[in-house]
Amino acid sequence: MSIAEKFDSMEYGPAPENSEVAFDWIATRKGKFNLFINGEWVKPISGSWFESYNPATGKPLAKIAAAGEKDVNAAVTAARNAQKNWQAIGGPARARYLYALARAVQRHARLLAVLETLDNGKPVRETRDIDIPLVARHFYHHAGWAQLLEQEFPDFEPMGVIGQIIPWNFPLLMLAWKIAPAIAAGNTIVLKPADYTSLTALYFAELCQDIGLPKGVVNIVTGGGKTGGALVKHPDVDKIAFTGSTDVGRNIREVTAGSGKHLTLELGGKSPFIVFEDADLDSTVEGVVDAIWFNQGQVCCAGSRLLLQEGIAEKMIAKLRARMETLRIGDPLDKSIDMGAIVAPVQLETIKKMVSKGTEEGAEMWQPSWAAPKEGCYYPPTLFTNVAPAATIAQEEIFGPVLVAMTFRTPDEAVALANNTRYGLAASIWSENINLALDVAPKLDCGVVWINSTNQFDAACGFGGNRESGYGREGGLEGMMEVLKPVFISKLPLYKTAATPSKISADKPSPKHLDRTPKLYIGGKQARPDSGYSLPVYSPKGEKTGEVGDGNRKDIRNAVEAANKATGWTKASSHNRAQVLYYMAENLDSRKEEFAARLRQTTGVSAKKAAAEVAATIQRLFSYGAWADKYESTVHSPAMRGVTLAMKEALGTIGIACPDENPLLSMVSLAAPALAMGNRIVLIPSERHPLTSTDFYQILETSDVPGGAFNIVTGHRDDLAKTLAAHDDVKSVWYFGPLEGSRIVETTSSGNMKRTWVNNGRQRNWFDRRQGEGREFLHQATQVKNIWIPYGD
Amino acid sequence: MATISSLQQAPDTHRRNSGIPLDLDVLDRIRVNMSAVERRASTLGGRRTVKKETQAAWLLKAITCIDLTTLSGDDTPGRVQRLCAKARQPVRADLLDALGMGDRNLTTGAVCVYHSMIDTAVEALKGSNIPIAAVSTGFPAGLNPFDLRVKEIEASVAAGAKEIDIVITRGHVLTQNWQALYEEVKTFRAAAGQAHLKAILGTGDIVTLRNVAKASMIAMMAGADFIKTSTGKESINATLPVTLVMVRMIREYLEMTGYKIGYKPAGGISTAKDVLNYKIMMKEELGNDWLQPDLFRIGASSLLGDIERQIEHFVTGRYSAGFRHPMA
Repeated sequence: MSIAEKFDSMEYGPAPENSEVAFDWIATRKGKFNLFINGEWVKPISGSWFESYNPATGKPLAKIAAAGEKDVNAAVTAARNAQKNWQAIGGPARARYLYALARAVQRHARLLAVLETLDNGKPVRETRDIDIPLVARHFYHHAGWAQLLEQEFPDFEPMGVIGQIIPWNFPLLMLAWKIAPAIAAGNTIVLKPADYTSLTALYFAELCQDIGLPKGVVNIVTGGGKTGGALVKHPDVDKIAFTGSTDVGRNIREVTAGSGKHLTLELGGKSPFIVFEDADLDSTVEGVVDAIWFNQGQVCCAGSRLLLQEGIAEKMIAKLRARMETLRIGDPLDKSIDMGAIVAPVQLETIKKMVSKGTEEGAEMWQPSWAAPKEGCYYPPTLFTNVAPAATIAQEEIFGPVLVAMTFRTPDEAVALANNTRYGLAASIWSENINLALDVAPKLDCGVVWINSTNQFDAACGFGGNRESGYGREGGLEGMMEVLKPVFISKLPLYKTAATPSKISADKPSPKHLDRTPKLYIGGKQARPDSGYSLPVYSPKGEKTGEVGDGNRKDIRNAVEAANKATGWTKASSHNRAQVLYYMAENLDSRKEEFAARLRQTTGVSAKKAAAEVAATIQRLFSYGAWADKYESTVHSPAMRGVTLAMKEALGTIGIACPDENPLLSMVSLAAPALAMGNRIVLIPSERHPLTSTDFYQILETSDVPGGAFNIVTGHRDDLAKTLAAHDDVKSVWYFGPLEGSRIVETTSSGNMKRTWVNNGRQRNWFDRRQGEGREFLHQATQVKNIWIPYGD
Repeated sequence: MATISSLQQAPDTHRRNSGIPLDLDVLDRIRVNMSAVERRASTLGGRRTVKKETQAAWLLKAITCIDLTTLSGDDTPGRVQRLCAKARQPVRADLLDALGMGDRNLTTGAVCVYHSMIDTAVEALKGSNIPIAAVSTGFPAGLNPFDLRVKEIEASVAAGAKEIDIVITRGHVLTQNWQALYEEVKTFRAAAGQAHLKAILGTGDIVTLRNVAKASMIAMMAGADFIKTSTGKESINATLPVTLVMVRMIREYLEMTGYKIGYKPAGGISTAKDVLNYKIMMKEELGNDWLQPDLFRIGASSLLGDIERQIEHFVTGRYSAGFRHPMA
């Protein structure tokens, strides 16, 4: 086209990014890549390679080694061998390596951006302006954490060897999110990139060599699901960090259950994008573009459900359609392209299927008038209106450029629709009314909220979800907590179930006291067990000291229902909750002799030890009365004009299975932090020594503990714990019993991907304040929601 | 294809804005989120770019949208004559020939001067079809007696100005006196008659983007043909975020009334790269019609020189120097 014609038409022309250097790099490696193990490039023992394609052209890019089990073993061994020394050199020494990695990423930023675009199909605009700068930022930020590690986390140590499995949608960025905090903390890692997108990880491996990173600290094993499976199952891996689909995440949860492996999961989402009638609609439209057409919608936190207040819905849809007409799709290496290629043909098929499902189910589909390229993996931006919440496309993650729009009438209805999902990753709220926005944000069950913005990321701000979007946070202080563990953990002795008496005494207790029937405690009332059965309780000497209710599934159901209703406790001010905890301490103090006597009777401890346990329990209640208004939210300062509130929120209902040792102290050590942070609890006391807990009802009843906040179900602990772990309306289960119970709880929790906190068959010393109270407990009792609030006027 | 940059010559692509009754409900509904506007403005340059031939064509088009301006206390007839000569022939003929644009009679969009220079400009531009824009109404502060401001418009039109760049009373915006602002612009519009009215909002003075949006809307309701950012004399002149807010209001007004209103950023646009970013924003937010001189003008004095250098670089492959291009 001549200049005169261009002058007349004023259309855009081609603006291709040069990909020569990236292809040269692949060519100098002869188009074939080995595994990066122990700082060396090694041929896979498996002897197999697979092809990596450019989704924009369908042409092969390179052959990538497919690591087998033996290769994974070699990588884990290398990581294990390197770990001690990597930890021993100390934070400041590690900081220099992370800093060097950040600089190296910046020096090779354009090559990395082009390589990522070739491999993944996303526009070079995104890799150049978003992915790669965030990668560098992540290494800089975590170089800082390495530098400060010893001062900021004095009682923590690295977890050891971490297995990391990352997705194909942000290949190098997810690598950075995984590797930077892990190695900053002194862990060594084995990372498996997604099989579609290995190239930038392999280039990163070369950067590790270039900067002289000690061998074995970073190991990269390429491959598919089998490679990942081998890593997940490997017995010498201390933690698995996974980002990917909820189905795979669920499988990893089940496979690693009971292994003692720590787990963080960043899974799928169906995030709401809520537009109130007082939003800046033109800006909101651009927000939608960045929410759902960013990376072709292949974003776990994509704002894929557009919730519009009825008054502006029509106007907003019209604006959105007009905007969709000006989106440009095509060669992702073109610098004027908004949408590139879908990562692979199979993903494209999934999107197509979901879209036809949406149409079949009666929703109205709209696509812009222009056509997407026929060659390569492309799919046009798509908007569905008239979508019912029950529609498949409103519930299932599509992972493509498909937006579903629904309307709401009131803020409450917006919240209800937003939360009407199994997922809970992110949300956007658009309103010019800060009162409204900041009222709605805490009510959304998700890990990230962007006010008047979307898809904002920063290394200093935690990212991660709730519900079936996974658990754990990446980035900032929250993320560091996921790669460190308290120093005492690895030294804990094995859990011992309290011994059952060798013989049951035939003596009947003398009827000195009026008969008491300890029932269950549900919704603030004593309740008979549904089963109508009781379990005998014996003293160590074999005397029957009482009978407790034999709780069953239905009792757990009732208790969870009562707990879920008791939202008043969560809404109560932290000051108010502190008062209740102090009051419990006060009432326990006035009855300390009675509880000490009970401890002696049921556990057989000396008078001195019993008194010490009661005294320690009173102290613990006092501690959490103190903590209730001091474990506060923080404010992050990301690279924008604005703040990110890292709000520490209650989880909701937590199930707690208590150990046998020190039944009063251990029970309160677990219950009090959960309550202090505003959770409601369903607690299963020690199976052997339940009577201190049933006595405790009277403390609860006299201490203004609202009904439903603290529920107690006695019975067979592991059966009840399993029911709790399987309950979809329980947010977390804490388990402190034998190893087998930890396995059961972790396995069963995969139903709704609830958080779990288990003792892995280890026993704590509840009298030791480092082991028995404090930030570790509070961390487990809260979830962090990062609320991004840009400002300026 | 319209290539000659005069309002009169442009085919009747749109009806002239006759204004609408003041509607304060529209103003009440205006919402502007500064951070989101800035995000859009700052990322747009990364989302769109034009290279090589396309860039050359776009830069030539930009020239046709320039209101080549001199607004200084030391302006003389001689200075204005030079400016007009440059407006007639903004790019060296050999360069235009090399680009295959030698036969297009390329000129700037207009010449923009003070009232006292209109006579000189009329004479200097005779036969060129280049319109003369006169700044008016007590430019730049706009605080002269109201009747004198109206008379100034009438005098400029009588002298031959085809476009009148008026300044609004920024105080009306700062005190949210929308009725007064509406009446003022409406009166100016009536005084301008057939001449087109460009309303300068003084965006640096009215500060907030909400004020910019509301003042834009009022000016259009009162009948402005163009809305223009600034006089070039404020400490902050045209910016991309301000532009985004103004062009979104133009779109809103178009949807409300069907009238297409022109946009003119002024002050601070001095490089070819700058102007391409503005053009990209116009194209993305409003469409191709707003890349043509009847709906898009750039108030600039030094911009042309940079465009000339970029065009020569495109033609020769060598980086150019200012002295190689005839000055205004």
